[in-house]
Amino acid sequence: MNSSFLMSQAHALFSADGLAGLIFLIMVAVMLIGGLMACTSERLVRCVAGLVVCFVGVAGIYFYLNSPFVATMQMLIYVGAVSVTISFAIMLAAPEQSKKIGPSGPLSGPLGFLTAGLIFAGLAVLGCRAVWPVKAKINNGGMEAIGLQLLQDYSMVFELVSVVLLIAILGAIILARSGRNN
Amino acid sequence: MSLLTLHNNLNTYLVIGAMLFGIGIYGLVTRRTIIGMLIASELMLAGASVNFMAFNRFTAPDPVVGQIFTLFIMAIAAAEAAIGLSIVVAIYRNYTSIDTEDLVKLKG
Repeated sequence: MNSSFLMSQAHALFSADGLAGLIFLIMVAVMLIGGLMACTSERLVRCVAGLVVCFVGVAGIYFYLNSPFVATMQMLIYVGAVSVTISFAIMLAAPEQSKKIGPSGPLSGPLGFLTAGLIFAGLAVLGCRAVWPVKAKINNGGMEAIGLQLLQDYSMVFELVSVVLLIAILGAIILARSGRNN
Repeated sequence: MSLLTLHNNLNTYLVIGAMLFGIGIYGLVTRRTIIGMLIASELMLAGASVNFMAFNRFTAPDPVVGQIFTLFIMAIAAAEAAIGLSIVVAIYRNYTSIDTEDLVKLKG
C-alpha cells in the first residue's frame, strides 16, 4: 500500500503540473534564502547579493501569478538596476572597516525577531482567515491588455511616473554633488 | 491540498507576501547602517507587490490593474532607491560614516 502511494506521488511529481509545483517550491525557497541572507549577513556586499537572489525568486513567483511581463520587469529593474545602484553606493560610501555590521539597539536580537514574527503571523493569519470575494475575469491580463490600459485609463499616471523619475534623478544628482569639495 | 498544488491557492501567496514583509521588518529593526535599512525596505516593498499581484490573479475582475499598479510600485521604488542612496553618499561626505549611531547631530 505504501509503495503504491509512493508510486502515485512520483507519478504526480513527474507530470507537467507536478513539475510546475516543484519549481514553484524551489522559487519560494530561493526567495526565502535570499531574503534571510539580505537581512542577516555581516557584510553589506553579501546583503546586496542576497537581495538579488531574493528578487530572482520573487520574479519566479510573479511568473506563477500569470504575469510574465511583470516578472521580466522585476528582473530588469530590481535585479538589473536597483541592486547595481546599491552596490555603487556601498563602494562610494562604506569604508572597509565599517562594512562589518553587527546588530545593535534595543530591538536587535530576540526582540526584533519577535516583532517581525508577530507581524508576519498577524498578516498571514488575517489573510488566510478572511473570505475574499472572487469576481469573474473580464479579460486575460496579457501584455496587449496591459499596453492598452497603460495608454488609455492610466495614461495620466504613466506620464506622472516619468516626471517623478526625472525629478528623482535630478534630485539624486544635486544631493550627491553637494559638499563634494570638502 | 498537496504540496505540489500550492501555487494555485491565494493563501500561499498571501503567506509569501507576509513572509517578505516580516523579513524586511526584521532587517529594518536590526540593521545598523542606512544601506542595510534601505535593502530591508526594498524587501518590504516586494512583499506588498506580491500581495497586489496575488489579489490581481485570484480575485480582481480586471487582471490588468494589479500588474500596472505593481509596475508603478517598481518605478517609485527605483526613484526611492536613487534618492536614498544619494542621501547616503551625502551623509557619508559629512560624517564619514553611515552608521546610524553616529548620526546624532540633531539629538540636542
